Amino acid sequence: MFAVENGLQGDPRLQAISDAIRVIPHFPKTGIMFQDITTLLLDPVAFKHVVDIFVARYKHMNISLVAGVEARGFIFGPPIALAIGAKFVPLRKPGKLPGRVISEEYELEYGSDRLEMSVEAVQSRERALVIDDLVATGGTLSASINLLERAGAEVVECACVVGLPKFKGQCRLKGKPLYVLVEPSQFDELTL
Amino acid sequence: MFAAENGLKGDPRLEAISAAIRVVPDFPKKGIMFQDITTLLLDHKAFKHTIDIFVDRYKDMQISVVAGVEARGFMFGPSIALAIGAKFIPLRKPGKLPGKVISESYELEYGHDRLEMHIGAVEPRERVIIIDDLVATGGTLSAAISLIESQEAEVVECACVIGLPEVKGQHKLKGKPLYVLVEPSGLDEFC
Repeated sequence: MFAVENGLQGDPRLQAISDAIRVIPHFPKTGIMFQDITTLLLDPVAFKHVVDIFVARYKHMNISLVAGVEARGFIFGPPIALAIGAKFVPLRKPGKLPGRVISEEYELEYGSDRLEMSVEAVQSRERALVIDDLVATGGTLSASINLLERAGAEVVECACVVGLPKFKGQCRLKGKPLYVLVEPSQFDELTL
Repeated sequence: MFAAENGLKGDPRLEAISAAIRVVPDFPKKGIMFQDITTLLLDHKAFKHTIDIFVDRYKDMQISVVAGVEARGFMFGPSIALAIGAKFIPLRKPGKLPGKVISESYELEYGHDRLEMHIGAVEPRERVIIIDDLVATGGTLSAAISLIESQEAEVVECACVIGLPEVKGQHKLKGKPLYVLVEPSGLDEFC
């Protein structure tokens, strides 16, 4: 579900957010129009809009845990967690987290990767949010949902700044709602 | 310079921050007492104290850029940047940043690694703070300072949650001041 479908139609903040995202063609390989959120982070007003919109949505939903996917989820997740009084849990590439972890495999275009979470980070029946910068196939978010559910948490929603248009409407990931702020920005030859 | 030496001696928030950091012995290898800040992130109050202390220090210093070192610098930097109205710049491992980058090599215990930054992210004469979770040898922070200075911006200070005791007093990194909240926690301080 996109923000515009859920009360934010015409909200000028969404345009500011979209405008602040830079498109890099053919990164990391030919054919991919990469959505670069680092330019959003260079715009403190637009970056704050992102956090404010998510905080306004989640602050009364009794969320006690915000999980962020390495590494760009680490940029958006903690400010949201701090503002809504939740803990932040990093979901990391293999071997980065010390202590006892559980891990979940997910598909890449070629091959697979794993995501890990600290087992002690989650209490049973906690209400959790998963955050990442962008959702494309949903593979990483699905692995994240699995990790949290295996640890006994309830994933309330997955939240991303950018999402492919196929996530409009009631699209769900492993039965969980998805909330997205903007569609991918288009490549503008004039800006390079 | 530790926070306790600079106006925050006896501040109970520092004890809360220290107590929230877990020590994991022999990670990533034998002999290393790993300072695990993920437990700090699970403690909303202590995490907020961490951000508040940095924000109070930097909000009136005309800082326009907070640069954070991948990946744990990303967990602290953006919240500080948002609170002080600064840009956030991620300093990343090679090949992650999509646009044109400059890169700087630094020493590891065995071998080297590189840190990259987007060209154009920081402008000449901007005032910058660099943030990471922990400073040990200072190698990563020194590379970060080099990246920022290569763009003719000014590194005002490097800030870390944890620092080895060697950085007490007037210790500087490449001539830049270092501000640290707590020393490493001991093994038996975290239940």
